[in-house]
Amino acid sequence: MEGGSASGSASALSNDENLVVSCEDSSSPVGNELELGLTLSLGRKGYRDCRVPYADDSSSSSSSSSLSRASVVAGIKRTADSMAATSGQVVGWPPIRTYRMNSMVNQTKTSASEDQNSEIRPEEVNKNRIDATKMRNSIFVKVTMDGIPIGRKIDLNAHKCYESLSNTLEEMFLNPKTGSNTRECDGRMETPLKILPDGSSGLVLTYEDKEGDWMLVGDVPWGMFIGSVRRLRIMKTSEATGKAQMIL
Amino acid sequence: MALRLPSKVLEHILSFIDSNEDRNSVSLVCKSWFETERKTRKRVFVGNCYAVSPAAVARRFPEMRSLTLKGKPHFADYNLVPDGWGGYACPWVDALAAKSPSLEEIRLKRMVVTDECLEKIAASFKDFKVLVLTSCEGFSTDGIAAIASTCRNLRVLELRECIVEDLGGDWLSYFPKTSTSLVSLDFSCLDSEVKISDLERLVSRSPNLKSLKLNPAVTLDGLVSILSRAPQLTELGTGSFAAELKPEAFSKLSKAFSNCKQLQSLSGLWDVLPEYLPALYSVCPGLISLNLSYATVRMPDLVELLRRCSKLQKLWVMDLIEDKGLEAVATYCKELRELRVFPSEPDLDATNIPVTEQGLVYVSKGCRKLESVLYFCVQFTNAALITIARKRPNLKCFRLCVIEPFAPDYKTNEPLDKGFKAIAEGCKDLRRLSVSGLLSDKAFKYIGKHAKKVRMLSIAFAGDSDLMLHHLLSGCESLKKLEIRDCPFGDTALLENAAKLETMRSLWMSSCFVSFGACKLLSQKMPRLNVEVIDEHPPKTRPESSPVERIYIYRTVAGPRMDTPEFVWTLHKNPEIGVSRLAIK
Repeated sequence: MEGGSASGSASALSNDENLVVSCEDSSSPVGNELELGLTLSLGRKGYRDCRVPYADDSSSSSSSSSLSRASVVAGIKRTADSMAATSGQVVGWPPIRTYRMNSMVNQTKTSASEDQNSEIRPEEVNKNRIDATKMRNSIFVKVTMDGIPIGRKIDLNAHKCYESLSNTLEEMFLNPKTGSNTRECDGRMETPLKILPDGSSGLVLTYEDKEGDWMLVGDVPWGMFIGSVRRLRIMKTSEATGKAQMIL
Repeated sequence: MALRLPSKVLEHILSFIDSNEDRNSVSLVCKSWFETERKTRKRVFVGNCYAVSPAAVARRFPEMRSLTLKGKPHFADYNLVPDGWGGYACPWVDALAAKSPSLEEIRLKRMVVTDECLEKIAASFKDFKVLVLTSCEGFSTDGIAAIASTCRNLRVLELRECIVEDLGGDWLSYFPKTSTSLVSLDFSCLDSEVKISDLERLVSRSPNLKSLKLNPAVTLDGLVSILSRAPQLTELGTGSFAAELKPEAFSKLSKAFSNCKQLQSLSGLWDVLPEYLPALYSVCPGLISLNLSYATVRMPDLVELLRRCSKLQKLWVMDLIEDKGLEAVATYCKELRELRVFPSEPDLDATNIPVTEQGLVYVSKGCRKLESVLYFCVQFTNAALITIARKRPNLKCFRLCVIEPFAPDYKTNEPLDKGFKAIAEGCKDLRRLSVSGLLSDKAFKYIGKHAKKVRMLSIAFAGDSDLMLHHLLSGCESLKKLEIRDCPFGDTALLENAAKLETMRSLWMSSCFVSFGACKLLSQKMPRLNVEVIDEHPPKTRPESSPVERIYIYRTVAGPRMDTPEFVWTLHKNPEIGVSRLAIK
């Protein structure tokens, strides 16, 4: 049973915001592919060949049928290095709840800093914990769109710039396709609809800041935006625009 | 002519029957028993929110006071279910607000709950008393504030491991100054600091408060102050246990704990410094439940604590306890019924193994009442499993997670078939089983043959072929929930055992070999099952034989659901895809 492309399985990982691979991690495409190869090999014909216990480290992820189990396992370990120490090297493995997984990651950080300082200031510890429970410095904000009853959540720290954010939101609300939640910030605009407030799509992206005021996204530098945004809302610029195709 | 039991008499008899399983059986006897039972059922449990419509539930149980609902499949806990899949609480709350205004208790697990939904609960149910949200998401502290401020008789508010948009700690101040009914409060999953003075006042005016679980933002000083106002607590979740070491701080803490003479359950203990542990010694002899799974306490300190807990029945701990520590548990905690050992490191690593199979063997030998196990370790042996099965035939729940996929018995290099065979055969009352390590089809043949009472089975990275699934579906008579990932199952076993699926609550399979064609065929053959294909590929581009990423199949009387996202395919949604032409033997 062959079939399904590598990029198809990518979304098994990347569709989940919790496992976002950040823009600046240049090894991430490779890491993802390696992992895809594994996921593929585990679920494809190649899996049946994985009964041989002797290692075959020369095999690469691309030829799934020749992967032996040992190299699958080795591959799992290799992926551990290429991905950040997050919720496991294979999606959802080991089977530990996200909440607990984050505590573990946090404690690895805290114990490292414990060695350096004999005292732990409670504020520091709490900050670490708060970071961890926010998924390793993720900033999750609610995003709603007019006309859609159910909002989504997005990790702002997975983006470096407004374009990346805009692309992700477009995918999420207007045109969900395969693909990761993050894009390189090279100005590529593939979809015709833009959410950034230039009005061309009939939609504007706004955000509520810490003071409770609603502002247009894109006016302030990205760093300042990240620091003050509380939630996002996609609004229609004019009534005349018919209901945009929403798929949620 | 058969005598008919007057309904008043039957009602009286039924008032003694609480178990819903028994009540379900009662309701099948005859129409009049069905009627009497349904009119007297107060606590309703719905294991899959899509299995039945909220209107139907409200209609059937007019006296319903308590509703428990579960949404997403269990594997959602491990990020295997994409965001947006479903499990929305709103439709339920909307329907119940209209039809069951006397509802007092709502318990939700793995559901998406919005602030609007919480506001609606607060506004609609006049005598609302209990809200428990476990592993839920989609709401913010604003929604919690709405519940706190509006539900005058609120007794229980528990947020267990939820993902909450935390907009600050103000929500606590929304409890009215006149509210005195609180019995249980759990906000351990929230990040923000609450005003300690608000908490102190709330605790002081709640004489019935028995259970309090603080979040990590509450300091030790805060804890001392709270404990002094609530010495009657039976369950406590501490906040952060780290603070500058001052002798007065320690003695204050010690004294506060020693005044809590009714404390039976202790959890929290984030960032606990070993120097503060002795403050807990005074409560240890009375402890029944201890959750140290967030406490990075290491060996000698752990033993000092545990050897004082002679009444302990439930212990959750990290693998920092090591085999030695588990040996001590086996010696001192003779009342132990439940043990969970979690990994302390997120990375797979065979070089630093704090616990081995030996630790679990010690506990199995020493703790005669042990019936529930969740154990994470790097590798295992058949011999250990056989010993455990022999020593503890009374096991009801056995979840072994050998972290390394496909890991064989590391001493003999064989699959762990024999070991799990012993477990299935020996533990005749086993209701829940999770297997791991290297397993061939044989292991599943044994499980299918012997594990007659297993209701929930979890499998990952195992088996050789379709036979595995076939053994399980045809053998395990009591099977209700089966979840499988990364196993080489295909269409044959699934289609041959299609009828079995109607006797189960649900089946989850991800990264297996099930083809799209088989899913379509199953969908057509079994109209009372919802077959959901959860996959990024749009259905039109998918060839019949291509394997799908995930399938979730569940029985339902509610028909196909209407709130599926783009990435979930059902036959109802895309009937134009047509009949499967897949030939099945």
